[in-house]
Amino acid sequence: MTQNIVEIDNLSFGYKGRMLHQGINMVFPRGKVVAIMGGSGSGKTTLLRLIGGQLKPSKGEVRVDGQVVHQQTRDGIYQLRRKMGMMFQHGALFTDLSVFENVAFPMREHTELPESMIHDLVLMKLQAVGLRGAHQLMPSELSGGMARRVALARAIALDPNIIMYDEPFAGLDPISMGVVCSLIRTLNDALGATSIIVSHDVKETFLIADYVYFVANGVVAAEGTPEDLSKSSLPFVHQFVHGDKDGPVPFHYAAGDYKQELLEFEA
Amino acid sequence: MIVRSRLFTGLIRTLRNIGHRFTSRIWRLGAGARLFGLTLVYSGESFRRFRLTIREVYFTGVMSLIIIMVSAFFVGMVLALQGYNTLQKYGSSEAIGVLVALALVRELGPVITALLFAGRAGTAITAEIGLMKATEQLSAMEMMAVSPIARVIAPRFWAGVIAMPILAALFSMVGILGGYLVAVPLIGVDSGAFWSQMQANVDWRLDIVNGAIKSVVFGVACTMIALFEGYDAPPTAEGVSRATTRTVVTSSLTVLMLDFVLTSFMITL
Amino acid sequence: MERTTIDLWVGIFVALGVAALLGLAMKVGNLTTNNIGPTYTVTANFENIGGLKPRAPVKSAGVVVGRVSDIKFDPATFEAVVSLNVDKRYNFPIDTFANIYTAGLLGEQYVGLDAGGDEAKLKNGDKIMHTQDAIVLEKMISQFLYNKASEGKDDTPVASTKSSDDALTANPLDDMTKNKGAAPAASK
Repeated sequence: MTQNIVEIDNLSFGYKGRMLHQGINMVFPRGKVVAIMGGSGSGKTTLLRLIGGQLKPSKGEVRVDGQVVHQQTRDGIYQLRRKMGMMFQHGALFTDLSVFENVAFPMREHTELPESMIHDLVLMKLQAVGLRGAHQLMPSELSGGMARRVALARAIALDPNIIMYDEPFAGLDPISMGVVCSLIRTLNDALGATSIIVSHDVKETFLIADYVYFVANGVVAAEGTPEDLSKSSLPFVHQFVHGDKDGPVPFHYAAGDYKQELLEFEA
Repeated sequence: MIVRSRLFTGLIRTLRNIGHRFTSRIWRLGAGARLFGLTLVYSGESFRRFRLTIREVYFTGVMSLIIIMVSAFFVGMVLALQGYNTLQKYGSSEAIGVLVALALVRELGPVITALLFAGRAGTAITAEIGLMKATEQLSAMEMMAVSPIARVIAPRFWAGVIAMPILAALFSMVGILGGYLVAVPLIGVDSGAFWSQMQANVDWRLDIVNGAIKSVVFGVACTMIALFEGYDAPPTAEGVSRATTRTVVTSSLTVLMLDFVLTSFMITL
Repeated sequence: MERTTIDLWVGIFVALGVAALLGLAMKVGNLTTNNIGPTYTVTANFENIGGLKPRAPVKSAGVVVGRVSDIKFDPATFEAVVSLNVDKRYNFPIDTFANIYTAGLLGEQYVGLDAGGDEAKLKNGDKIMHTQDAIVLEKMISQFLYNKASEGKDDTPVASTKSSDDALTANPLDDMTKNKGAAPAASK
């Protein structure tokens, strides 16, 4: 049993000739909460899909529990995925199923448990996210924060070893954000799982993460504990953490000479 | 000189567009065929839990009942009116039963049912699958090690294939009843002649079974097109709405084209 | 709860479909009348079969007793060889007459069997010797028009539904009987 449950080794990925990642190395130790941060479009979510085996890397490899993901057969990937739980950006709850059935879904699909046990397990998972009372509601009746918590309950339904979060804080009000934030930490510790968070919300992520990777321009721009990174003098990290308008990521989209372009039209 | 070069580049662009459209059609045809194959491969999994398919039969079949039956009723009535108008000129107004029955069982039943099905159930399927894709529900399913094709696509496919012949048979039957109501009580054609002429001239194998075969083929085509458009839709609001439109257009054209092909086979057989 | 209502509706739906199919089979189609049991095959040669098609009914006294199974062309005699599947329950005398009739004015063509008086019955593989060719529609129409013209009145066939119904049921038969002798002679 290796110490790192997920290892990303010299990973490159791109499609249609454009490289999104170029030689990324990351490790995710067991029991930790590790965050991947970066600006919009930096390929953070793509990394989660590569870990989950939904995409194949162009070069390098991703190992989950010592197994190279993209070398697995379909069944092998499905076996690996049973060790993973993923919470999608907006919950991705099944809109035609009730909250209860959403959480019960992975259990019904992958286990032969009797109905009474599924009932108890679902209520336990919902209790853990504080939504046991909402089990008969439909997803359309939930607020954004509640939907996110139901998705979390669904992600942990089969007690996964790895829980992945895709932008867990995006678009939430401060209270829901705080709730989700503390849930991620407590569930991780209670389940003894490893959490991988993809986010661009610096404050919340730094609050719960043990280790943070910054991704920019297809490479790991910086890494370290939240404390280290807060004090980091690297220009990119400084700009990201403090939200400066201008810096290594320029305010202006690449353009020709301003004066020249204004005058050009006259001629 | 400038005008000429603009014309030239415009021409090139048009040609390129045509070529691009053509290749993308071919590509989509291939992708659709692949999805069809995968659906068949995964059908075993979905048959083991037939309840999912039953649920979809409810949404595609039962929910289309009203529109199918009302349309059939009016189509039958119009057929009887128009048919009578022409037939009585040749003094064979009691052949109206044959006309209504043959038109419905052979052509209008399967074809109009398929067109209505594409508009009612097909669009619903496309929009539903497209939205499931846009809201990452399909991705979520895949990440939970559940194949969306087995869990979402295959049950809907079989539901469509089951529902279509049933709807078409109902369409024909209700249409004939509509025709009967116009012909017999309204116009005054003899009831016995109406039915006996029909029975003498409608063949079980050549007309009714062939009509049923058509509706099964249309069921496969319409459902598969709706599923593919949804599955292939760009995961945006615009993408889903375009896909829904395409479902209706592609299904209608495919049904009419297939109808010709099938009919020509059946006539020569 | 919702599941059972869905099941109920789908059950109703499928039952309706089966009922519609049964209705089509029994009430609309000829599944019931089409059922002829075991058959024996006889052939008949015609000089002209008109629009006769395989699977056309074989009737005697207006009752369906069989189906046309096959139509071939005999290159030696330049005649059409029509195979008839006749229900085993019905034994026709060996001197039975086979005619090709048209159902109604514009209807489909069928083979009519007029039983003869011989003691010997037709067996499987036998050939019907006495045949009567199809009436060619053009000839019939010209005859019909000729008759109308000779009446000297400009009477359209659709003066009223009542009379046209009569015309449909009565006239073609009359014409056929008139043609019976004339048509084969004309075709030779």
